[in-house]
Amino acid sequence: MSRLKRLEMRDITKKFGDVIANKSISLYLEAGEILGLLGENGAGKSTLMNILYGLYRPDSGSIIINGKAVVFRSPSDAIGHGIGMIHQHFKLIENHTVLENIALAYRAAPFFFPTGKAGRRLSSFKEAYGLEVNPDAYIWQLSAGEQQRVEILKTLLLGADLLILDEPTSVLTPQESQGLFTILKKLAKEGHSIIFISHKLEEVLSICTRVTVLRDGEVVGTRERQELDKRELARMMVGREIDFELSRSECDKGPEVLKVKGLNVKGDRGENSVNGVDFEIHEGEIFGVAGVSGNGQQELVEAITGLRPIEGGQVTLRGKEISKPSPSIISRLGVSHIPEERIKYGTAPGLPFYENCVLKQHTRPSFARRLLLDFSSIKRQAKQIMIRYDIRVPSINVPVKTLSGGNIQKLILGREISAGPSLLVASHPTYGLDVAATQYIRDQILKLREKGVAVLLVSEDLEELFQLCDRISVMFKGHMVGIVPRGAFDLEKIGLMMTGLAEAPLLEECNGYPDQG
Amino acid sequence: MGIRIKVEPRISHPPILPLTILVISLSMGFLGIGVLFAFYGINPFAAIWKIFSGSFGSLYGLSETMTKAIPLILIGAGLTLVFRAKFWNIGAEGQLLLGAIFSGYVGLNLGSLIPSFFTVPVMFMAGFIGGALWALPTVILRTKFNVNEVISTLMLNYIAAEILNFLITGPWKGKTQMGFPYTDDLPHHATLTLIPGTRIHIVTLVVALLSALILYVLVYYTKFGYELRVTGDNPHAARYAGINFMKITMTMMTISGGLAGVAGVGELAGIHHHLSYPSSISSGYGYTAIIVAWLAKLNPLMAIFSGIFFAGILVGGDAIQISLGLPSATVQIFNGILLFSLIMGDYFLTHRVRVVVQA
Repeated sequence: MSRLKRLEMRDITKKFGDVIANKSISLYLEAGEILGLLGENGAGKSTLMNILYGLYRPDSGSIIINGKAVVFRSPSDAIGHGIGMIHQHFKLIENHTVLENIALAYRAAPFFFPTGKAGRRLSSFKEAYGLEVNPDAYIWQLSAGEQQRVEILKTLLLGADLLILDEPTSVLTPQESQGLFTILKKLAKEGHSIIFISHKLEEVLSICTRVTVLRDGEVVGTRERQELDKRELARMMVGREIDFELSRSECDKGPEVLKVKGLNVKGDRGENSVNGVDFEIHEGEIFGVAGVSGNGQQELVEAITGLRPIEGGQVTLRGKEISKPSPSIISRLGVSHIPEERIKYGTAPGLPFYENCVLKQHTRPSFARRLLLDFSSIKRQAKQIMIRYDIRVPSINVPVKTLSGGNIQKLILGREISAGPSLLVASHPTYGLDVAATQYIRDQILKLREKGVAVLLVSEDLEELFQLCDRISVMFKGHMVGIVPRGAFDLEKIGLMMTGLAEAPLLEECNGYPDQG
Repeated sequence: MGIRIKVEPRISHPPILPLTILVISLSMGFLGIGVLFAFYGINPFAAIWKIFSGSFGSLYGLSETMTKAIPLILIGAGLTLVFRAKFWNIGAEGQLLLGAIFSGYVGLNLGSLIPSFFTVPVMFMAGFIGGALWALPTVILRTKFNVNEVISTLMLNYIAAEILNFLITGPWKGKTQMGFPYTDDLPHHATLTLIPGTRIHIVTLVVALLSALILYVLVYYTKFGYELRVTGDNPHAARYAGINFMKITMTMMTISGGLAGVAGVGELAGIHHHLSYPSSISSGYGYTAIIVAWLAKLNPLMAIFSGIFFAGILVGGDAIQISLGLPSATVQIFNGILLFSLIMGDYFLTHRVRVVVQA
């Protein structure tokens, strides 16, 4: 099998029922190139890549490798032609070592002692591409960045010349992202080609040699890197001008709304997830919580919103200590919550839109009279939310499961803001949303702040935190390692705090790869 | 050139589709039972005709159908509630028996202590309590100890049946029944009035119809119903919204078990007038009602119609058993095939199947 020199996808069309996911899409890629595939959610990026990886078959169109048309019936056909895919969510076995995971995927591994042969191949790749990882470490011991390196090694060992990376930086710290980019550039230099799927404009601009933008299942355009800037890319992606400037006025800090003192919370497995956390949020203040996911942010939010019991310490809302928290009590005290997994927690997908608009508020006198629900006022509320937050639904009677992710997020945002909160707890409010919806939601959060609402904003997106927050705290292994006020925000410093190394001077010693110890 | 069958999820469906699928599912059920009849050497069309003419084709048949519809509507309507919250109560059979036992105790022993006018209402209350008490332990087992309710409710059916067997052969065995394992007959004031010339115990029928209506309002128009539907649709969202799972489940199982208990009162005080073998007190209503609830698409009001439909099949089953000499299990097989095709039909409501010809 000769190496993959040139890949071409020609006039690929794929329909799901009446929905056209890909409409006559063409793109090409040569060895040594990094192609950015950019588009909003639902633009057709994933469908196209699943076709290239043999998971779907196109309704029409062809895939041409080195000048010859090929047909992929399954991923193994695609792998056989040198195509490898690194999924957003890693497909590794936590209780096995790095080497065992790699041997599992390695076809040439012998039946007995498979790790021996795989191990020898592995070390040659590691050196060639700077993919440093301990082969005997267990997967669960590794950081997200290291796990991703294992996935890349696995794919390379399968003989992949073309790597497809699906939103690879969504789980990484800024430093880890930089590390990934270094590796990708090295791979490209060695003659590999890379398709980099993202909706983060900066990343695409910083690493790709060429960018293809998809919108509504069609190619909007393909441009060389040097012809592009951020504004132009965003315009191609969304189809109109995007204003990146959010107006963020100066607000006076009001009285204290939330005070958390010495908070201890246990995680699902009984581990100490939040250890002695102290902070307070005032009226008109956005308090950010940064950190790599899994460092206690979720448990912190769940404890404050009453979804998780408090093991120790105090949570005080407007001077009132919450001794026995429950979601309904805390909601009645004026706390709104935009949950992390919006589909899982935020809505009842089988119920109509209007009934989802009053979830958690359904016991309030404005929506219920004694035992009965007041559907006329509920529907009025739903219409208002639909109009004010520009939610695209055919009617308020459709079940929420027919809505797109962005519209569901707007529904939750609208509902939680309409509750008239004094504290809004927002977890990853723009995660996975497209550029336009993201800007809209950030703008709404800023408007709340102007109205004097206190906001607790948990996000992995540092750009978002920098844009919105008055103060940013960083969580690492259940501790709040520091709180940085606006004006002192610094990407590198906060990035290091996220890895547990609070001070900047250590940067050079650890060579951009801080140890997770 | 190849032909492939593609299955893909439906995003939406035309409004006529549910009815079309219902008709097709029922037809498939009839087709299945027809094949079975054919193997038995009986003309399937004649047999199916016999089923429906036997149950709906005469005044007598119709009255028998309504008699059997009473417990099916009561239990079926209650089950729509718990099934909607995805709590699988398979224990209505046992809950019915406990209702019969509790009300039997009242009717047999307390008749002299309370004014005769109150005997029947007190029996209904006792029946409701008996059924509910038999249902509630499964809620605690599930919410506190994570015991699967399918197992616990099912097992309680056997225990209920054995309690009844014990009572009728032991302590409660009637002195006037010439050695049969029955309790004594209920005094007259502890029995239910029938529509003359039929076995329809009118009070229970009214209670059944009212229950279905009230439950319909409860599910779709009250705070409790809203919380129930949210819980059934997405338990995580229910927790997020501060809905108390334990409270919801307790309430709905009280209602579901209680209504099964009321059905037991009807069977005892309306039909049999004494406690006897579990299989003659109930004849499997607690199980048939599962299909009733399902055919009603978990809508309590629709349980009235699906209850009458399945009562018709039960009566028609008796008819073919007598006139065509088929085994009594035939009807149960029929019910099983119908449930199977109904559940399969649901799949096509959310998925579409296309045949694709590929070049």
